Amino acid sequence: MIDGNRAAALGAKLSRVQVVAAYPITPQTPVTEALSEFVERGELQAQYVNVESEHSALAVCSSASLVGARTFTATSSHGLAYMHEMLHWVAGTRLPVVLACVNRAIGAPWNVLNDQQDSMSQRDTGWIQMYARNNQEILDLVIQAYSIAEKACLPVMVCYDGYVLSHTEMPVGVPSQDAVDRFLPPYKPHTILDPGSPRNYNLVTLANPRVNAEGVLCHGYMEIRYLLQEAMEKSKETIADVGREFSDLFGRSYVKLLWEDRMQDAEIAIVAMGSLAMEATVAADALRRDGLRVGVIGLRVFRPFPGRDVAGALGRCRLVVVFDKSISYGNEGATCTEIKAALYGSGANTAVHNFIVGLGGRDVKARELADAVKKTLSLVEGGALNNESAEWICEI
Amino acid sequence: MGTRDCGHICGESSPGIGEAGKTGEWRDSRPVIDEDRCTPARKNKPACFLCWLYCPEAVMSKTIPVRIDMEYCKGCGICAQVCPVHAIAMIEEGRFTA
Repeated sequence: MIDGNRAAALGAKLSRVQVVAAYPITPQTPVTEALSEFVERGELQAQYVNVESEHSALAVCSSASLVGARTFTATSSHGLAYMHEMLHWVAGTRLPVVLACVNRAIGAPWNVLNDQQDSMSQRDTGWIQMYARNNQEILDLVIQAYSIAEKACLPVMVCYDGYVLSHTEMPVGVPSQDAVDRFLPPYKPHTILDPGSPRNYNLVTLANPRVNAEGVLCHGYMEIRYLLQEAMEKSKETIADVGREFSDLFGRSYVKLLWEDRMQDAEIAIVAMGSLAMEATVAADALRRDGLRVGVIGLRVFRPFPGRDVAGALGRCRLVVVFDKSISYGNEGATCTEIKAALYGSGANTAVHNFIVGLGGRDVKARELADAVKKTLSLVEGGALNNESAEWICEI
Repeated sequence: MGTRDCGHICGESSPGIGEAGKTGEWRDSRPVIDEDRCTPARKNKPACFLCWLYCPEAVMSKTIPVRIDMEYCKGCGICAQVCPVHAIAMIEEGRFTA
């Protein structure tokens, strides 16, 4: 029985990280405590670098990664916001840093409880984003994250819900070090700072390609950004391959970028991410008891977005209800936007409706999810569904 | 042929002249040396060379007379500022193109 923070720290330890730099912030703090204890006791052969801020934490990981170390950091909320600039630098340099984001609401007003606004606000920084549904997935995804990151040359953010997972104990199978070593070989850097062969990284790169001092035509800014996008698209396959390999070795299934619950015969689908999607399975139980054919899709990977998988899984449904624990102000929940985009042009004629729930730690009950689905279904059947805006489950 | 053949996946360079491209294109004003004032030119002796020492782009030659590599001079004007005899004037590029 371990909580989510312990699972993340154990995942990093089993991955034999070599440099850890993190700044404590609620609710991530126990991750930093556990890792510093591992290093202090000699259980983890790593440098634990104390820093004065999250910006510096990720700068340390970036530099350490450039000289060939496997690096780990963790943060939440305002800490992740403070890392924002470095998130771009790490992705642009294609460094396989792994970051655990313990999802927490972001101010104002001040709040330390769970929603997913922090990581969703970092959607376009070029990081792979994975959302764990339980503590087992936290541990498993941190280990897989290193394999994915180092194969795809992309940083990976493993996100899990603050308190709901970070401070809640659950049974977790912890693999042996030998088994993880077989799955995850030592890091071979794609690029390395070496005084014997001097290099500059991230020099001023202008819009157009340039011929370097050796006469080689090198990328301009756009070409480097194109490669980042291309790598993100290709990483869908890498994530699936690594998941398959992990499933074969450890017996837990990660073969797709999303997970499905009772979707085979579903005519109504609930879509969510993280622990909220697990809550949705309880709502689906109740709705099934009422005779509705309801299934659940949990988005495990949000970036790169598995649009084809989503369209394939949802195309047969007449109604899709998307629950978001974040909001793209002026539009709707970001996962709902993605779902609609994935369905566009797929030939599916599916009604999609969005609910914003659980912001700032507002409790989300399975009954509320089930009621929201029923209410939406009656609107669809009455031809009165307003698809223009997301509904909020709150008391305004 | 595209840029993919360079094999880089991020912004990368090795030390060498012109690694950042023809940075002279950035120049707004051009340093022009008055050799009647410039100490090494006037005395025909290796002397001063403060412009060579301070130039952040290493485009000033340590020769008599001093030469400037306009392919890479960005026109920052530091040479004109540090010259103790005010031998370097910064002239707008527009005046040279007519």
